[in-house]
Amino acid sequence: MRRAVLISRATVAAILSIAVPAGADGMPQLPRGKGATCVEPLEVMRRNHMDFLNHERDLTVRGGIRGRKHSLTGCIACHAQRAGGRDGDPGAFIRIDAPGQFCHACHEFTGVKMDCFECHAAVPAGDLPETHAP
Amino acid sequence: MTTNPPANSKRRKLLAAAAASTTAAAVAPGLRLIEWATAAASNATDAQPVTDETRWGLLIDTDKCAVDCDACVRACNAEHGLAVTARPETDPQWIRKVTLTGDGDGDNSGDNSDDDGDNENAGRITSLPLLCQHCEHPPCVDVCPTGASFRRADGIVLVDKHTCIGCRYCVIACPYQARAFVHENLFAQKPWSPRGKGTVEGCTLCVHRIDQARTPACVEACNRGDGDGNNAGDGDDNNGDGNNTVAEGNTRIDGDSDHTGRNPDNCGAGALLFGDMNDPQSAIAGRLRAAPARQLRADLNLNTGVRYQNL
Ligand code: HEC
Ligand code: HEC
Ligand code: HEC
Repeated sequence: MRRAVLISRATVAAILSIAVPAGADGMPQLPRGKGATCVEPLEVMRRNHMDFLNHERDLTVRGGIRGRKHSLTGCIACHAQRAGGRDGDPGAFIRIDAPGQFCHACHEFTGVKMDCFECHAAVPAGDLPETHAP
Repeated sequence: MTTNPPANSKRRKLLAAAAASTTAAAVAPGLRLIEWATAAASNATDAQPVTDETRWGLLIDTDKCAVDCDACVRACNAEHGLAVTARPETDPQWIRKVTLTGDGDGDNSGDNSDDDGDNENAGRITSLPLLCQHCEHPPCVDVCPTGASFRRADGIVLVDKHTCIGCRYCVIACPYQARAFVHENLFAQKPWSPRGKGTVEGCTLCVHRIDQARTPACVEACNRGDGDGNNAGDGDDNNGDGNNTVAEGNTRIDGDSDHTGRNPDNCGAGALLFGDMNDPQSAIAGRLRAAPARQLRADLNLNTGVRYQNL
């Protein structure tokens, strides 16, 4: 069932050949997060994630409250994709703000620009190069 | 190994409770432990912001701080991903080593007058790490136009980079030159230490570690060494008393993977002690009671959280 939906979405996107891969409903196609559900119901997440993040930011920075479900590090841990396939070598993590990746794909589609990843790591911990690019 | 665990037992209990509830949750198939921990984290209502019951402090015994040891500096750079552009002139420094030579007047006034005539500190070399002093009355906070510079209730002075506009008033106001500006675009930051161009930053006392009941990276590194203040991995403190400061005459942690007989990571001699100065039971409070400690520029009455002994 789910497979069929995915294939038809891909077909539609190919036929329309638009820049951002979009499904039949016109929504961008997003890599699926880990686990069964997000930290809030889907509709709530789509609409309110920026408010959750802002609130969490202040709690953490000012109050030292960490590691709760609305943490930005948490979004990345669940939503970042690896370059490799499902089987064999998983490959390195791709930046979550890279084209086609979770945060970027939808923000590109909705015309949102945000600077969070100028400071925040865009890949989960444990997969980091030691030194920076030039 | 000498460790200085944060003594905030209330916080630790809270963390223990969180860990227990995580263990009880079912693991979804295909989830690795680290991601599972995130997924299981809840917005528990018992998570309380830090309070002024605690005043985090750092006590530095300059007698144990060797001139050629910079284990704390390297640990800080590694923890926060500093010093990565290979251009040290512009790389921010959160902690740096300073060497003082006594001028013989027996005080630190810098006026070079021999106040008491005994020449007691003439030529005496003192090495110490200089970092944000985590003042109770921080000048950086006074001058910040946006409220980005702030003092957390438990005494840690921080920059909220989300509201920092990069004006650098705080850099000028700090009497210890402990704040730095990020001049360049950065890549591959550590997830626990977001940093970016156009904002000011400084020592956070490793707030991300403190909130998890861990010790700051510099303190950990300083207490990891064999205590002899050199890099030879021999555990000899080289002062001829046969009594080595941290590890008695052994090579407990020599980390000498390249078999050169040197390990740059183990020069630390346990000069740094971290803890809650408000808790009378803590090691740091005990040491502060036992021997006099100085605040740098005590004349400014900033009531610093970083104190120096044997200075
Ligand atoms: C100039 C650098 C900078 C930028 C840009 C930035 N942050 Fe942060 N952020 C930080 C720092 C520093 C911390 C504190 C980290 C700590 O104490 O562990 C932080 C912490 C957070 C936290 C709490 C920690 C976590 O992982 O949950 C959240 C949430 C957060 N930021 C959200 C955001 C969002 C959303 C944006 C974009 C709108 C953003 N930040 C942009 C520097 C930045
Ligand atoms: C425990 C893993 C996990 C965490 C943590 C997590 N997500 Fe999700 N997220 C998911 C899953 C799984 C889905 C798909 C849910 C579904 O299809 O019902 C999803 C869906 C979403 C969607 C909707 C995507 C769509 O298809 O329209 C948004 C937006 C989203 N997440 C944002 C976030 C943000 C922002 C954070 C951090 C505050 C976050 N998520 C944290 C697992 C997670
Ligand atoms: C399902 C689409 C979707 C996904 C996926 C998504 N976002 Fe958004 N995001 C939006 C929309 C739409 C807005 C703008 C809302 C508005 O302007 O009111 C937005 C706004 C934001 C803002 C506020 C930007 C600002 O200028 O104030 C932040 C921060 C943000 N998103 C973070 C994230 C992060 C982090 C992720 C990835 C973990 C993510 N979003 C994934 C749709 C999405």
